[in-house]
Amino acid sequence: MPNMSLEKNKMPHQDPNVRNKNFQEVALGYTLEQAKDEAERCLGCKHKPCVGGCPVAIDIPAFIAKIKEEDLEGAYEIINRSSSLPAVCGRVCPQETQCEAKCVRGIKGEPVAIGRLERFVADWHRLNVEKEPALAAKNGHKVAVIGAGPAGLTCAGDLAKAGYEVTVFEALHVAGGVLVYGIPEFRLPKAIVHAEIDKLKKIGVTIETNTVVGKAVSVDELFSEGFEAIFIGSGAGLPRFMGIPGENFNGVFSANEFLTRINLMKAYRDDANTPVHHGKNVAVVGGGNVAMDAARCAKRLGAENVYIVYRRSLDEMPARKEEVEHAMEEGIIFKTLCNPVEITGNENKFVSGMKCVEMELGEPDASGRRRPVEKPDSEFMLDVDCVIMSIGTSPNPLIKSTTEGLETNAHGCIVTNEGGLTSREGVYAGGDAVTGAATVILAMGAGKTAAQSIDEYLKNK
Amino acid sequence: MYPIIKRKELNPTVTLLEVKAPRVAKKAKAGQFIILRVDEAGERIPLTVADTNPEAGTVTIIFQIVGATTEKLNHIPEGGSLHDFVGPLGVPSRIEGLKKVAVVGGGVGCAIAYPIAKALHQQGTEVHSIVGFRNKDLVILEEEFKNASDLVKIMTDDGSYGEKGLVTNALKELIDSGEQYDEVIAIGPLVMMKFVAQLTKEYGIKTTVSMNPIMIDGTGMCGGCRLTVGGKTKFACVDGPDFDGHEVDFDEAIQRSRMYFETERHHHEETCNLFKGVE
Ligand SMILES: Cc1cc2nc3c(=O)[nH]c(=O)nc-3n(C[C@H](O)[C@H](O)[C@H](O)COP(=O)(O)OP(=O)(O)OC[C@H]3O[C@@H](n4cnc5c(N)ncnc54)[C@H](O)[C@@H]3O)c2cc1C
Ligand SMILES: Cc1cc2nc3c(=O)[nH]c(=O)nc-3n(C[C@H](O)[C@H](O)[C@H](O)COP(=O)(O)OP(=O)(O)OC[C@H]3O[C@@H](n4cnc5c(N)ncnc54)[C@H](O)[C@@H]3O)c2cc1C
Ligand code: SF4
Ligand code: FES
Repeated sequence: MPNMSLEKNKMPHQDPNVRNKNFQEVALGYTLEQAKDEAERCLGCKHKPCVGGCPVAIDIPAFIAKIKEEDLEGAYEIINRSSSLPAVCGRVCPQETQCEAKCVRGIKGEPVAIGRLERFVADWHRLNVEKEPALAAKNGHKVAVIGAGPAGLTCAGDLAKAGYEVTVFEALHVAGGVLVYGIPEFRLPKAIVHAEIDKLKKIGVTIETNTVVGKAVSVDELFSEGFEAIFIGSGAGLPRFMGIPGENFNGVFSANEFLTRINLMKAYRDDANTPVHHGKNVAVVGGGNVAMDAARCAKRLGAENVYIVYRRSLDEMPARKEEVEHAMEEGIIFKTLCNPVEITGNENKFVSGMKCVEMELGEPDASGRRRPVEKPDSEFMLDVDCVIMSIGTSPNPLIKSTTEGLETNAHGCIVTNEGGLTSREGVYAGGDAVTGAATVILAMGAGKTAAQSIDEYLKNK
Repeated sequence: MYPIIKRKELNPTVTLLEVKAPRVAKKAKAGQFIILRVDEAGERIPLTVADTNPEAGTVTIIFQIVGATTEKLNHIPEGGSLHDFVGPLGVPSRIEGLKKVAVVGGGVGCAIAYPIAKALHQQGTEVHSIVGFRNKDLVILEEEFKNASDLVKIMTDDGSYGEKGLVTNALKELIDSGEQYDEVIAIGPLVMMKFVAQLTKEYGIKTTVSMNPIMIDGTGMCGGCRLTVGGKTKFACVDGPDFDGHEVDFDEAIQRSRMYFETERHHHEETCNLFKGVE
């Protein structure tokens, strides 16, 4: 008998006023009973509309059916056929615009909590199944992967399973990409990412950290070192600033810097050596996931007031709905339809405030969203001592500038065909380096596609 | 892990390390830097590549003990190792075609200036090195500079060695005496570089300075190292560290270098106490 409740089973959470002072995970995960009960809400639709909303086409009704039968390893196997990082994606995918947006239960009431079920299955697997991964017979071909984010790690994993000898070159001192330096512990515990990386190492993937491709070694030199194909998954890590006066005062950071200090360098912990600025009144400029993460980190570092300053309205915010809700619950103050025009400083050149203007929504722009326009005479001062710019990132030009013949578009994104092949033979790319800042699932999907293309290319070479 | 092959104290506060890092050794050029971490919880600090031995796969770094991390670094013995070591980062110094150059170094900045003097000397440039220190005990790399220069002037604040005075005094004297430089390369404390640039601006001599702002990744990812140069924002780690000294906003750079002053001082005191406890 299906569960006809119009609402999802609630996700157990840490209390907002407790969690906004610690860095432990916010959402605690379903129990087996909650998961089974939620699974019963799925109608097992024959035409599977939800699957069409999933960028990697996970067979959603099939894995949910396995949960109903309490065959959790069976559920995991179904997910794992399409996704390499289910414990990550179950936590950070924007399900409300993907699978859950297409779910028929969402027509009247809430959709099935597909993301929460995915997370439940992946967590169960991680905690309960200790299988030594099967080692593929080596086929003698070497492939290099640049960047250890979700795109690179997925590509590396799939190739290693197909018998390739894979080396991942990562610029930072740890693998994981945005999953370790950007997304905070309270949303994605790093132990989960490290477990995924350990799995890759077990199936024979070599990870060379501290290696900046384009500096220590070039793409062409990798070919001369014997790698026969190369996958570029270098992400979109270059922060943008607004170009308004006062942006270089002390206390103004890119979200990347602020989050890197906290997540990668663990500056929130007493035993870490890297400092981070503890603002008392903090403005975060932007409305994406990155802005929500920065704001919620600032709050956890003890800020009294944290503002999200966003030039459009709540409806246009690109952040996951859940992150916006969580941020609100934790006491983040939303200043929507508001745009900064200047940052002011004190005599020591530390931030003393931010001058903003109010906005209203005008005609739709190229993105189809209504364009924000400035309200006349609406200037006001926001009393802040720290400003975090979270207005987007673009791909780093380093690899492009050191690789002859590698085509990029006007935004600096690497140009590829559907299979991930770039303008250079044997060089493939995927993830944020190709799309500009996007999502974990798309990066993972691109890594999978490229792994298939590389396999075909090297088999036919 | 990156083993320390050789360790040598150049003076009471400056130490030289030769570190095994073959990829860096193969690629690094004068003017580039590395970023290292001492241990698992360590912060990432940038240090200039002072020398390389591509055959042996080693990189030489020279650092001054100024805070917690350099203090810890100084306690790693020969045979020990560093947790992380990444590079070469930054753009190599542009020195092609220079006929005659004054290299001005201040304090530990001399360690950053030395590889450039050496590279200039090797390509046949006439090199005048002006190196300044607070006192005799702090003089470093004297022999090295002599071997890489046509003229060396050592300056000390208190006159305890070489000549008494600032590097800018010596530079002005040389210029006034008729020496004509294609370029002045100044590397040292921000204030020193600021005054060198002010001086050479009066004479219209092109001046390059090497900026060392606070950094994290060193790859253009955080923007923490940003500076204003010629009215534009630049990231020192990828656009520099060398910049046109007449275009750099030194006052802003000085302010930005004080961002974590209080926390850092606290960390340093803690680390010193820790080591005192051990010894
Ligand atoms: C704070 C934050 C929050 C986010 N939240 C979400 C979310 O909730 N949901 C979601 O789906 N997405 C989210 N995203 C976006 C998502 O994380 C990215 O789309 C995804 O990580 C892209 O994966 P990638 O593998 O292409 O690149 P990245 O994860 O950026 O990894 C690229 C890796 O390549 C390395 N690299 C770069 N250049 C070189 C080089 N020259 N040599 C060697 N290595 C190099 C980098 O150091 C990095 O480790 C968020 C992003 C941020 C910053
Ligand atoms: C490109 C570059 C090349 C450098 N080369 C050398 C070198 O060859 N030899 C040398 O002795 N020093 C060099 N430095 C400076 C060196 O990085 C700092 O002295 C070191 O980071 C201080 O760390 P600490 O923890 O010991 O001191 P802290 O207590 O952290 O700080 C002491 C002082 O160092 C400055 N500082 C702190 N963190 C950084 C950072 N991440 N980057 C830069 N400055 C910082 C602070 O403003 C403060 O004034 C270089 C810096 C840069 C950016
Ligand atoms: S659309 Fe919804 S109800 Fe239908 S199969 Fe997918 S998850 Fe189940
Ligand atoms: S150190 Fe991060 S951008 Fe330069």
